[in-house]
Amino acid sequence: MNELSAFLLPLALNFALGCVGLALVFCTLRLLRGPSAQDRVLALDTLWMCAMLLILLLGMRHGSLVYFEAALLIALLGFVSTVALAKFLMRGEVIE
Amino acid sequence: MSAPELLPWWVGLPVSLLLVLGGIVALTGCLGLLRLPSFYQRIHGPAITITLGTGCILIASMLYFSALQSRPVIHELLITLFVLLTAPMVSMLLMRAAVYRDQRKRRLPGEAPETGEIYPLSARPADKRAP
Repeated sequence: MNELSAFLLPLALNFALGCVGLALVFCTLRLLRGPSAQDRVLALDTLWMCAMLLILLLGMRHGSLVYFEAALLIALLGFVSTVALAKFLMRGEVIE
Repeated sequence: MSAPELLPWWVGLPVSLLLVLGGIVALTGCLGLLRLPSFYQRIHGPAITITLGTGCILIASMLYFSALQSRPVIHELLITLFVLLTAPMVSMLLMRAAVYRDQRKRRLPGEAPETGEIYPLSARPADKRAP
């Protein structure tokens, strides 16, 4: 019965990697096209999240736990940068 | 890559299902970000990616590594907790900034236009307005 997971898991991992890669392409298109600044900031935030998912999936594919720290760092940096950009859009400056 | 051969089928099947579901949900959220007409509709697309897609993939990762190392590996809960805590804050800040900017542009129509267009606060798409 172990042949099932040996067959199914790499297939599902590759499918999820392809989906997240396509999602990254969509976010990049919105980031380049986006008519207003808040669209671009939203696309950048989603790009951070999709990059975190991609790193997690790569960690599962290589079977190592080291990628987890990178994913946590990407989530933290994405939050901080999006908050700073939203504050800049609202007030015109980041630190008052 | 010899890891998946070691796993029993009752771990491989739910992990594969969660991975496929998470990938499809993440793709759907980003498709909404690309295709929806105005910013106030567009902000709802990535919420699906951030909550459901990230949740599915993180649960799959927890199951996979727990079965692979035959001990509970639950430190992905840190990412889950952090993402679920910060996603509403981020979208609230962005929404407030967008409403503020649109109101400011509507109040001062004679000023030099910044980049982009003003979205209407109703659900109509923005291309109905006169240029």
